[in-house]
Amino acid sequence: MTTATSPAPRSTLTRRRRRGGSLVWHLGALLVLAVVLYPVVWVVGASFKPSKDIIASLDLLPTEPVWANFSGLADGISGIPVSSFFVNSLMYAVLAVVGVVVSSSLTAYAFAKIRFAGRNLLFTLMIGTLLLPYHVLLIPQYVLFRNLELIDTLVPLVAGKFLATEAFFVFLMVQFMRGLPRELDEAARLDGCGHLRTYWSVVLPLTRPALITSAIFTFINAWNDFMGPLIYLNTPSKYTVSLGLMMFRDQEGISNYGSMIAMSLVALVPVVAFFMAFQRYLIDGMATSGLK
Amino acid sequence: MTLVKEAPARPAGKRRPAAPAAGRRGRRRENLAGYLFMSPWIAGFLLLTAGPMIASLYYAFTSYNLFTPPKWVGLDNFTTMFQDPRWQKSVEVTLKYVVVATPLKLLLALGVALLLAQRRRGQGLYRAAFYMPSLIGASVSVGFVWRALFSDDAIVDRGQKILGVDVGGWIGNPDYVLYALVALSIWQFGAPMVIFLAGLKQVPRELYEAAEVDGAGPVRRFWNITLPMISPVLFFNVLLESIHAFQVFGSAYVVSDTRCGPADATLVYTCYLYQKGFKEAQMGFASAMAWTLVLAVGLVTAVLFRSQKKWVHYEEAGK
Repeated sequence: MTTATSPAPRSTLTRRRRRGGSLVWHLGALLVLAVVLYPVVWVVGASFKPSKDIIASLDLLPTEPVWANFSGLADGISGIPVSSFFVNSLMYAVLAVVGVVVSSSLTAYAFAKIRFAGRNLLFTLMIGTLLLPYHVLLIPQYVLFRNLELIDTLVPLVAGKFLATEAFFVFLMVQFMRGLPRELDEAARLDGCGHLRTYWSVVLPLTRPALITSAIFTFINAWNDFMGPLIYLNTPSKYTVSLGLMMFRDQEGISNYGSMIAMSLVALVPVVAFFMAFQRYLIDGMATSGLK
Repeated sequence: MTLVKEAPARPAGKRRPAAPAAGRRGRRRENLAGYLFMSPWIAGFLLLTAGPMIASLYYAFTSYNLFTPPKWVGLDNFTTMFQDPRWQKSVEVTLKYVVVATPLKLLLALGVALLLAQRRRGQGLYRAAFYMPSLIGASVSVGFVWRALFSDDAIVDRGQKILGVDVGGWIGNPDYVLYALVALSIWQFGAPMVIFLAGLKQVPRELYEAAEVDGAGPVRRFWNITLPMISPVLFFNVLLESIHAFQVFGSAYVVSDTRCGPADATLVYTCYLYQKGFKEAQMGFASAMAWTLVLAVGLVTAVLFRSQKKWVHYEEAGK
């Protein structure tokens, strides 16, 4: 980020005006924040309310908190323990992260550090895929994986991640690698390192911020993914959390609203935890992508 | 963020001399290494992007139910589609969603970004909190929360009743349910906000100081300095958010009902595509729908790019 030119010394008058403005500023920001975070606080409060109160009660937080919603989760949904959905989601997310980090960084290294024939054309193609609506690929991909008899496995969900089809992350890493001083990898080459060695020992460690950003975004996207599992997974024991939640809704409906909300809350925990831990990377990564 | 500065576009003409062995053999080796390194992407591109694109273009002109081989039907899918009242409804719903949700979301994002661009204590904390909905908003969990907040007798409904309007909750009311989706989309204003913020920080402060000396008030400064200076970022946000809005699916599916109802009120385009393809196994029809979507999104992108000259201000000098 460019640092703004240091502000000129201000008179006491403007400083006092600033302080008054600061109070107004905080009030304004807090007001927006209250509206924005209302649904988040609501779901926390609702998870401790008895089912019948969840919609009707206007209290943000329960008057008498109950644990039943969470303990009710232990029963599972139609004989499937809730934990199995979480394990499935975790497997999906971890595989997705590994796939994206490995394949995208290899591809990005080629684009950023190797001068080969046709590089510019391929790079243009790669960027082009960023704008392509995913839905045009949905049906033929489904047919493909169906013909390969891979429906109801994680393969269709993660295959693309291992094949660097998430152009956004490739692009992010290319931009980052191009920013690394050329002298570094040239020195490595002079020292007799091949590309593999240069990639692994020189470029990859320096690309860590971009790798972390990609990993976190991938984890969160996979965890939240709904359409992919909806299309590809059929067996309830293989469902991810998103599908598990939908199943909950269909099976138990309004009668067990409390547990559904409790599970919704638990399902958000990994995402929120990741976000809290890495929000700086995430937000900057987001801003970077916007500025090209 | 630092990457922005450190990663200039590759100068097209200026090539640095290649590493040691730059002979023909060296070049061949570089080519080989390049293709080996990007072999995952090449495989992915051929197998999961280019191949499927050709296949779906073919399917669009066939009748295909997955179980019997595709049968060529020419333009039938397209003519049926254009006359299909549910398809027309889905186009109407989607356009309404795009046109209402995108500007409101960007307006809120810009407003909050302007607020956060002022250097105040706790700025980072606010920024993180405002970004959070963008992350969790895509999950089924939040879809449920939305159902609850906008259902009959819940908070929004009671607020309306106080104002003397009783619609029985937005979720069950065909006239209102789409706006619950719009609200969900606006709520996730964090991503464009962060991009606006990054843009606002690039505006040279001297411009504001000079304008202030000339006696320009805050409104003038906004119109004459801020807006032109961030117009490239605004352009990017408009492009990205409208493309995203065209493709909304999960929230419509979860919030309204798995049938995207009531009365097809939230039958967004992709929801109908999903129903046709995966519920009714009309893969040909669904492919025709997908290509129509690609063309529509392409058209919008092209129009936005052409309009750039009129309102997007790029600095001549470059960075």
